[in-house]
Amino acid sequence: MAKATTLTLMKSVIAENLVKTYDKGKVRALDGLSLDVNEGTVLGVLGPNGAGKTTTVRILSTLLVPDSGHATVAGIDVIKDPGKVREVIGLSGQYAAVDETLTGWDNLVMFGRLYHLSPQSAKKRAEELLEQFSLTDAAKRSIRTYSGGMRRRLDLAASLIVRPKILFLDEPTTGLDPRGRQEMWGVIQSLVKGGTTLLLTTQYLEEADSLADEIVVVDHGKVIARGTSDELKRQVGGERLEVVSESKDLDQVAKIVASVTGANIKRDDDLRQVSAPVTSGSRALIDAARALDEAGIHPLDIGLKRPSLDDVFIALTGHVAEEKVEEVAPTRGRRKK
Amino acid sequence: MSHAISDSLVVTKRQWLQLIRVPEVLIFSTIQPVMFVLLFRYVFGGSISTGLPGVDYVQLLMPGIFVQTVAFTLAGTAVGLAEDMQKGLIDRFRSLPISRAAVVFGRALGDGLLNIVVLCVMGIAGFVVGWRPSSGIVKVTLGFAFLLLFGFAMAWVGILIGLSVRSARVANAAVFIAVFPLTFLSNAFAPTTGMPKPLQYFAEWNPVSTMVAGCRELFGLTNLFGATADSWPSQNPLQASLIYMVIIMAIFIPLSVRKYINTASK
Repeated sequence: MAKATTLTLMKSVIAENLVKTYDKGKVRALDGLSLDVNEGTVLGVLGPNGAGKTTTVRILSTLLVPDSGHATVAGIDVIKDPGKVREVIGLSGQYAAVDETLTGWDNLVMFGRLYHLSPQSAKKRAEELLEQFSLTDAAKRSIRTYSGGMRRRLDLAASLIVRPKILFLDEPTTGLDPRGRQEMWGVIQSLVKGGTTLLLTTQYLEEADSLADEIVVVDHGKVIARGTSDELKRQVGGERLEVVSESKDLDQVAKIVASVTGANIKRDDDLRQVSAPVTSGSRALIDAARALDEAGIHPLDIGLKRPSLDDVFIALTGHVAEEKVEEVAPTRGRRKK
Repeated sequence: MSHAISDSLVVTKRQWLQLIRVPEVLIFSTIQPVMFVLLFRYVFGGSISTGLPGVDYVQLLMPGIFVQTVAFTLAGTAVGLAEDMQKGLIDRFRSLPISRAAVVFGRALGDGLLNIVVLCVMGIAGFVVGWRPSSGIVKVTLGFAFLLLFGFAMAWVGILIGLSVRSARVANAAVFIAVFPLTFLSNAFAPTTGMPKPLQYFAEWNPVSTMVAGCRELFGLTNLFGATADSWPSQNPLQASLIYMVIIMAIFIPLSVRKYINTASK
């Protein structure tokens, strides 16, 4: 008995066979999705728009009731006992859900009060979080003046007021510029070091790669693959050398790429592109560039390409990640990404 | 339960903070009714007869403007909630361990209290253009309390609209369509006697008319603009208004709370 209990306790989040349809069954946002997250780890939920990522997060965070299926968070049933679940989770959505007319400080104090902190503790916690997220200087400014990255950080800070055991982040970096994304990753990484269990959705393989211990790939409301990022990449293939050249040079380019990489090449005459998997990284790039130069060929483009979400999808499903219309958003009129 | 109240008050406080952070909103939302005061007092007022010697049009006009202004504050409620929905703020509130009714109660209370500020401005504007209530401080205060209660009741209509429409712009348009005819097909600005008979009946049963007539009574005027169709509401405007408010709240409070709880569960 002891053993069984320990095993279930170690799963912070369990979702089994979640089904959710919209428009009277016409749109199947979730089609039997199952996943689980081990305590103290990060699960990355990877998929294109409309795959069901947001719907999953909304169900697990009690905002949405599934048509069927079962889910527990910290051992609590999200459908039967949503109130208790809300006490242990933090949620940060795709867009910064803070009051824009107020200052960062106002927002954090307000949410602190709504988590039933005393006025003093709410203020103290707001101060700590602003400090932690490098927002102290902007604390007394209206959110309207914040950059996208600052808004996201404040949104995240608001979800951390009571130090939740389990945190849901729905596409935390979508719409951010590269710098904002880097900052956000840093913040998330330090949270995870603190032992927070995290479920994070993303459209970027790179993001799942750098933040998640384990990744599930979702498509059409189902999990189609799961594993560590290394395991997934093995399925997808690693880096590829890609050369684009004039059509007349393509035969020769193909020969050179084949000999440099010693692997099976892929040739696309329409795109005037030759590519092949490489294991030696930049070495292969330099060798190829040198060989092409000696042959007097100046490619239009040459480079190493890391697998993208599309590559994962092509490898796993044989089709590219289709963009469906994002699930009929209950928060209507939401910006589509 | 104590949490339910304190949670609501936190949400109410948020609205006051918004007001302090962006005071322009209040300034512009009071300019419009002030313009109405000037328009009716000086442009149309000259050609509307009160039918009673010694009673200026402005004495009848101001209660009408007060009711209209309070009725229109539900636009702010609806638009504000629609914006909160759009921006995901309602989602965040719903993910917090707070009372399920706190957000909407806090909102209704906040908008209800906001009317205090608005009515003060309107009262001063009225005084400047010659409005002089003659019933004494107690009844005048009672009149304003009556208006605030009406505002609170109407805020619930705004909440349901705000939670039901797709965007803030739709909310604004929906409110306008709902409130505009109610305020003009009433005794607020002109006597109902000049209207075609069916419209007269509508105008006299209209809650805006009973509110206006009720306020006129409380501010010391006899009910001058309404009793043509001999209807019960026009004879007993205060009672009728109270009944209307109770009905509005009995319908819209449960609907709004339910809408909020289920808002994403579709």
